[in-house]
Amino acid sequence: MTLSPDAIRIFVPIDAAALSVGADAVARSIAREAQARGVTIEIVRNGSRGMLWLEPMVEVATPAGRIAYGPVAARHVAGLFDADFQAGGSHALRLGLTEELDWMKRQQRLTFERIGVTDPLSLAEYRAHGGLAGLEKALALSGDDVVEAVRASGLRGRGGAGFPTGIKWKTVQNARAEQKYIVCNADEGDSGTFADRMLMEGDPFLLIEGMTIAAIAVGATRGYIYLRSEYPHAFKTLQRAILKAETAGVLGDSVLGSSLAFRLEVRLGAGAYICGEETSLLESLEGKRALVRAKPPIPALQGLFGKPTIVNNVLSFAAVPWILDHGAQAYADYGLGRSRGTLPVQLGGNVKRGGLIELAFGISLREIIEDMGGGTLSGRPIRAVQVGGPLGAYLTAAQLDVAMDYEALAAMRAMLGHGGIVVFDDSVDMAKQARFAFEFCAKESCGKCTPCRIGATRGVEVMDRIIAGTERPKNIAVLRDLSKLMTDASLCAMGGLTPMPVLSALNHFPEDFDRPALPMAAE
Amino acid sequence: MTAYPAWDQDSARSIIAGLVHLEGAALPILHALQEEFGHVDAQVVPLLADALNLSRAEVHGTISFYHDFRTSPPPRRVIKLCRAEACQALGCEALVQDLAHRHGIAVDGHGHGHAHGHTHSHDCGHDHSHVAVETVYCLGNCALGPSALVDGELIGRLDSDRLAELCTETGVRS
Repeated sequence: MTLSPDAIRIFVPIDAAALSVGADAVARSIAREAQARGVTIEIVRNGSRGMLWLEPMVEVATPAGRIAYGPVAARHVAGLFDADFQAGGSHALRLGLTEELDWMKRQQRLTFERIGVTDPLSLAEYRAHGGLAGLEKALALSGDDVVEAVRASGLRGRGGAGFPTGIKWKTVQNARAEQKYIVCNADEGDSGTFADRMLMEGDPFLLIEGMTIAAIAVGATRGYIYLRSEYPHAFKTLQRAILKAETAGVLGDSVLGSSLAFRLEVRLGAGAYICGEETSLLESLEGKRALVRAKPPIPALQGLFGKPTIVNNVLSFAAVPWILDHGAQAYADYGLGRSRGTLPVQLGGNVKRGGLIELAFGISLREIIEDMGGGTLSGRPIRAVQVGGPLGAYLTAAQLDVAMDYEALAAMRAMLGHGGIVVFDDSVDMAKQARFAFEFCAKESCGKCTPCRIGATRGVEVMDRIIAGTERPKNIAVLRDLSKLMTDASLCAMGGLTPMPVLSALNHFPEDFDRPALPMAAE
Repeated sequence: MTAYPAWDQDSARSIIAGLVHLEGAALPILHALQEEFGHVDAQVVPLLADALNLSRAEVHGTISFYHDFRTSPPPRRVIKLCRAEACQALGCEALVQDLAHRHGIAVDGHGHGHAHGHTHSHDCGHDHSHVAVETVYCLGNCALGPSALVDGELIGRLDSDRLAELCTETGVRS
């Protein structure tokens, strides 16, 4: 597309969350209105800045910086032009300079530095904003030095388990095999999490760059992004980005002109939550029923098709280019204790201002939910907060001063997981939430091990009896016993962690397990 | 919304042939078949077993493991409604109940291409026989729920009326 140099750049996000509240209609209205008024504009479809309650958030580039308006609906567009918004004019929806907004200023955006800023599919913009600098530096280093940089940065797997990424990479690097693989776990199934999706839609080249750095570090030549099928927008974006990266010589037989080859493909999952478990994911990539594998052998040694494989989450790979570009120490300078660097936190559920917040580890849950999130959307008191997805603990409003870091949450029998926070107001029934945890496990269990396959169904039944008021003390004893068995004897985290939301609900909200029984409506 | 052609073994065979060279080809093939025909017919089992050098049991096991793969043609419209925690916090279960009581639509009702769960009396005056509302756990829109995915389009801040509209409309308004 050729544009006159004086075209005004107007940014309308193409992130799926923005689309879900009408961003496409807004972009169409802006194009129509500009044409009708003879205003020369260029509409850039950027990623989302992460202020999701303001979506669709439209930005206009002015000499003073980008000015944000939101949330914009198609019906506002004519009025925005009347107010001369294309020059940053005053309007009820005008929010001010994007970079100066409180939500943005409080963050430390490393991984998400470009998201919402650039056109996700422009490799030229990616480079202009620091993209590929990490890969170029990595190509000038030995594989050992790249792995050492990742280790020294303190990066831990962002998928939830928090395993040190550098150690995993070292294991794959040391393994001898004619074929090694890089696999990205993009099966972001935890409710309350959407950072992977935003990153893949908003800066797909960053994931490609991170995986390519992993490949050249450990001598892998093939990679797969295993993406959940619930993310059709991310799928299209990734496919187009990979094609562009191949055309530009970032991927292919010669990565950036080097002697190293790396080929990358996106593969779609098929609606199975368990595929977020790495060995289940590998089975699925191999084309099988996604039954969890027993470990050992670990995937680093016998992974995809039995070959040494790095399996990392989207956010783990995406942190690596920054580390290579700015140095391991610069990354490790963020965070505290054994949780180094930054964490993209996702705030959702019943919250006034939900979205993506990237911060150094250590901020408290309360600051995130109350200061940034502004409390509940319903305006009612916060009663429960689930951290770390469907297998994470429910915390009470009194427990929110805990710091967002792996160890602090683990110490209170909760977990950070993938950094998702879901807020509930006082209308929540925690016995029902506990029942749902089992129901979800029953539906999504791969079925390989008995504690998970059978335990989840027994758990639903026990919860039904407790809710119905049948022999409550006895059934609560059974519930605790079942939970212990599932925790101790399940093969993977699905069955092993399902008791976490259940027991946290029981321990923190015992009154919900002792309510007068209501006559159950037949469902 | 797509009208799918009837299942055809020959074109299924050629879809398989076009993808069989991939590493771990089963899922890409099954997705391609479902995209073409709207479902994965049981007739494909022997074809796929042959192409991938697997037993029929293994192929059947793979197809049946995944929630996505349908074994009979879908209704004209499928609405995937998120019922995971973040959407629960914003009342998605009330949407489910409203659909049942006010519109006679049972989420995850059985059967495909037929009336879904007309067990409740309702007087909304619409024929819902071409729509299925299915449960999905998380669409990654957790700050703007309740959410649904309709014909590949994500819809946020869903309420009862909008959902009922989606069940009767022919296109997604955006």
